[in-house]
Amino acid sequence: MPPVSRGFHRKRAAAPADRIPPGQYLTRDFPVLSAGPTPRTALARWTFSIEGGHERKSWTWEEFRALPSEKLTTDIHCVTRWSKLDTRWEGVSLDVLLAGMEHDAPYALAFSDGGYTTNVPVADLLDGKAWVVFGYDGGPLGAEHGGPARLLVPHLYFWKSAKWVRGIRLLDRDQPGFWENYGYNMYGDPWREQRYAGD
Amino acid sequence: MDDTALDDGALDDGALDGNAIGGLLIEVFGTEMTTAVATCGSCGAASQVAELVVYMPGLGTVVRCRSCDAMLMTFVQIRGVVCVDLEGLASLG
Amino acid sequence: MAGTAVRGRLNTWLTATVGAVTEETARARTLRLEVPQWPGHRAGQHVDVRLTAEDGYQAERAYSIASAPGEPLAITVELVDDGEVSPWLTREARPGDLMEVRGPIGGYFVWEPGLGAPLLLAAGGSGVVPLRSMLRERSRAGSTVPVRLLYSSRSLDDVIYRAELDAAPAGVEVIHALTRSQPPGWTGYARRVDKRMLAEVAWPAAPGDGASKPLAYVCGPTSFVETVAAALVDLGYPPVRVRTERFGASGR
Repeated sequence: MPPVSRGFHRKRAAAPADRIPPGQYLTRDFPVLSAGPTPRTALARWTFSIEGGHERKSWTWEEFRALPSEKLTTDIHCVTRWSKLDTRWEGVSLDVLLAGMEHDAPYALAFSDGGYTTNVPVADLLDGKAWVVFGYDGGPLGAEHGGPARLLVPHLYFWKSAKWVRGIRLLDRDQPGFWENYGYNMYGDPWREQRYAGD
Repeated sequence: MDDTALDDGALDDGALDGNAIGGLLIEVFGTEMTTAVATCGSCGAASQVAELVVYMPGLGTVVRCRSCDAMLMTFVQIRGVVCVDLEGLASLG
Repeated sequence: MAGTAVRGRLNTWLTATVGAVTEETARARTLRLEVPQWPGHRAGQHVDVRLTAEDGYQAERAYSIASAPGEPLAITVELVDDGEVSPWLTREARPGDLMEVRGPIGGYFVWEPGLGAPLLLAAGGSGVVPLRSMLRERSRAGSTVPVRLLYSSRSLDDVIYRAELDAAPAGVEVIHALTRSQPPGWTGYARRVDKRMLAEVAWPAAPGDGASKPLAYVCGPTSFVETVAAALVDLGYPPVRVRTERFGASGR
């Protein structure tokens, strides 16, 4: 055992245990964690599309913002161990985006400006569990946090909530996204502490 | 105008440079690597590792070309094992 | 065996004991570290520091070496709000406490007197730490290379090594830029470093051969480094004569 640094300890959860998953600590910050430069896609060129089903659907920014949207407050949990409670968002539910689309694909791969991808089962995008959000904390979602729009799937680790999302590809088989490819868990349930492959 | 946020780097994307991964590179390559010359497999730009753009979002380390932003190296450490992806490099040495 | 340095493998964690501790500012502290097999270091290098908790949890961060080659190893750490390692180093650690260090690390952002040339050092906040190592090395080596240090801080109270810099030796000019608040009667720069300031402070980029052109070392937050490095290149510094080291908001 390496020498112990007296009095040093991991950051500890300081909130009700039923809100903080195992191994997490509470933060009041909102850390900006990115794997690349912040994309700056002009809204005039922005689209969100759903591909791989029997048809391809795509919305321009105006069309997207004309869809029914909702406000929500939720907790988010990052695999780097911070959790942030009662975050406020505004966005369009994936139930709305996938409505009326014939799809039997069980899996989805979300893709973003800059090349980032992450995989989520379609069942985890439906029934009020996921949104494409354009608002955070009462204002427009800032570019450093994924604006103009990001995926929000709060019941999974936050790396699944792809920043700068531009669409989802429906798939027959689960495919690892960017971090999953390097060993992060294909599913990512924070309450079962599914951080890495094999957890 | 309060530009203190800029002082704190709060508005940037968190990018550092290859100096920040000197220790990681010693762990992976067994030797000092910040002065090694990396050539980008996408645009051909050559620079010392210390001058590459480094992102460390906590899940892993992504090293990019300063000229074209292409990913050159990615390091992910899980359960004591470092996964090293050098596919974006044309050469390193 | 006296005076012989024992070279360990670079990739080895060595046990370090905290020696003397100096409070530099309200948020920055220098820790002298006693490392039995320390192989020595070059000015500008850093060490990785690793802390281990009772339950085995570990955290690692990199810190620039504040002392000159030949002096005992010392690091200067600035407190990062909501940080994990810097609060322990700046608020908890006391002489006799243990940690591990790996290094020295870095072959790019280093200076030795043999490099000659007028030196321009540009520091943003805690970016001053590796540059201070270079200044101390210059003194220890008896070098007469002319140096200008442009040091940007939020206020005078945030200036690290203030007394030491106020007493800088002949040939070393220290120019402060205080970006957030200034003391009454302050006649120095009172804004963030920009190209106009660099045009006034930086050694002119001279024509002629490479060895006599000024050499610049720029260290601090990324936005500071990008602004200064771009300005110096605009002012005629060859990019290869501008060395950069970017610190995150998470410190270094």
